[in-house]
Order: sequence, then structure tokens, then C-alpha cells
Amino acid sequence: MSRQGRPQDTRKVSGELFSLTYGALVAQLVRDYEKDEEVNQQLDKMGYNIGVRLIEDFFARSQQGRCHDFAQAADVLTKVGFKMFLGVVPTVANWSAKGDEFSLILDQNPLVDFVELPETHQGLLYSNIICGVIRGALEMVQLEVKVWFVQDQLRGSDSTEIRVKFLKKLEDAVPAGED
Amino acid sequence: MTTRGKRAAETLYDKPLSSKGKLEVNLSTYAFLFSEIVQYSHGRVTSLSQLHEKLSDLGKHAGFRMIDVLCLREKTPKRETRLVNHLLYIQKTLWKTLFYKEADRLEQATASESTFYLFEDDPVVNRFISVPKDQSSLNCAAFVAGIIEGFLNGTQFACKVRAFALKDQPSTTAFEIKFEDSVITRDKMLESVK
Repeated sequence: MSRQGRPQDTRKVSGELFSLTYGALVAQLVRDYEKDEEVNQQLDKMGYNIGVRLIEDFFARSQQGRCHDFAQAADVLTKVGFKMFLGVVPTVANWSAKGDEFSLILDQNPLVDFVELPETHQGLLYSNIICGVIRGALEMVQLEVKVWFVQDQLRGSDSTEIRVKFLKKLEDAVPAGED
Repeated sequence: MTTRGKRAAETLYDKPLSSKGKLEVNLSTYAFLFSEIVQYSHGRVTSLSQLHEKLSDLGKHAGFRMIDVLCLREKTPKRETRLVNHLLYIQKTLWKTLFYKEADRLEQATASESTFYLFEDDPVVNRFISVPKDQSSLNCAAFVAGIIEGFLNGTQFACKVRAFALKDQPSTTAFEIKFEDSVITRDKMLESVK
């Protein structure tokens, strides 16, 4: 691995530092909570906190305008949002007939480098923080959604799939969560 | 290692490692994540020193795991046994892998032969953290101190690492590395047999 001569990009951090830092957090949560479900919930909460703040950063850099329908929102979420913050573009698939639900298929997930789930934590949704981030960020643009993991490669599935369901359009601006 | 099944049951160790070093993540994403980590840890402690300890523990987790990554990536893996060389390795290679730059300075304390200082002028974890006035000794680079400690302890250089900001240059963080006497004794022995 020679990184000599590569221009120093101060807007980026090494993916390894990122995944190891996240790993340290999850490991700590696993020690702090008794059940995997509680860890999942905590990760979702942290993600939500990140999401509501991240949206501003997103607009500051993307000059993204208003989305007119949910399909467009899905497109922006993956091609602009995921690309900007995680450097990967998930595939949007499995739209429901009503057009209010879709799946994100992640071929690559920077959070799970070096990760293997032990037998004793098969209920752990390691990357659940992503669900929280999506929920938090979309809430800030008046979209109330439900986000959950359908399958995770870490748990032996073929792919990593996150489901996003549109619940309703929020009419009034919601104050940012202080939690 | 020749048959690599596509089944998900294959272990982590069957997968290639080398290509993954190139992945990069937006600095904001990292800053958001780190801020959540600090807040979470803050909510579970009662004092500043406990917070530093908590962050350092998390760093140790990461630092210890960097040993394998770096060793596997070396073209000619070599186990460094001499203290100063090992510290230089941290200043250069480890720092470059994690932060894309070398740590700014490495110095030995004048009063003690077992204490070293590593200086970093702009620790990435502190870039977006403003320190409250009433908690001026807070330094979230305790996390990075943990990385160094985890890395050194895992390579048999028992030590304690502490992070603090310089008084005259608050943006610079000094990492004080205090080795145990046994490490110093061993290093002297290696010096004499050379």
C-alpha cells in the first residue's frame, strides 16, 4: 500500500479509520446493553440524531432542489446522499405496487469492513445506524418514513437490503430532535 | 485458501484484504459519527477523566485491530523490536494509513527516558469539536491516544498514553507515551547486544 504522491484530501477520512471507529462503538453498545434488540434500537436512535443534522450538510453541498415524488426522493437518496456520505451508491429495487415502498440494495457497505457477527449475536443489526440516518434526514424534508433491515450479508443473507416505506407527508416543519 | 466458496458461511479471514485500503469516507460522516460517540460516552460517565477513559477504551479497540491490517499489508513483514523505530513506525506508517499524513513531531522527554511525546497539530477528531470553557481540559483525541496505546500494547510495548492540548497552542494535541520500565530495560538490552 503506497500512498506516496497522492494528493492529500482533507475532506476525506480513511475507510479503515471509519469502520474501526464504528466497530468500537458497536462493541461498546453490545457490552452496555443486554439484548441485541436494545443495541439495534440505540443504533437507530444515534442514526436519527445524525440524520437530522446531516441534512443541512447535504443541502449545503449538493444544491439539491425539491423532490416532486417519492421515486425521485429515492433516486436522490441513493445517487446523491449515499454517494456523498458513504461513497457508495445502493441500487433501488423492489418497488411496491402502490409506489410507497422500495428497497435499497447495498453491494458495498463501508461500515462492515473487518466485521463478522459472532454466533451469540445473530440478532444484531450491525449497520442499523443507517436506518436511523435515513429516517432522520427524510423527516427533515417532511417525509415520514419507516426504515428497516430486510436482510444483511453479515447474517448470512445473499445481499444487504434496507426497506424504506413512505408513511406520510409532514405538513409543519418539525423541530429538530434534541435527544 | 484456493477454493473460495460463495456461501456466506465463509469466514472473514477468507476474504481478500488488500483492495479495501482504498475506500474513503466523507469527513462529515466521520465527524457526525464521532460526535455521537462522544455524546453517548458523555451520557454514561460522571467526570471528565472517565470520559477520557471511555474514549480511550474505544480507541484501543481500533488500535489493536490496526496491527493485523498493517502487518498483512507490508511487503516484507518485519517485527519491530526497538522502541524508537517502533514509535517512528507509528508516527509515519500508522498515521498515514489512518489520517493520510504523518504525525508532526516525535520527542523524548528530557527528564525521563521512558516518556515520549508525539505531537499532532490538527487531530481530525478534534476538528469539529468545540471545547466548553468550563471543561477546558477535555480533549477528544483521547480516542486517538487509545489507538496508540492499543497498537503499542498489542505489539508488546506496554505503556500508557494520554492526550492533552498544548497550553500555548490549543489546536495541537500532544500524546504522552509512558512506557513501563520493563520495556526500557529490554530496549537497553537489545542496544547492548547489537
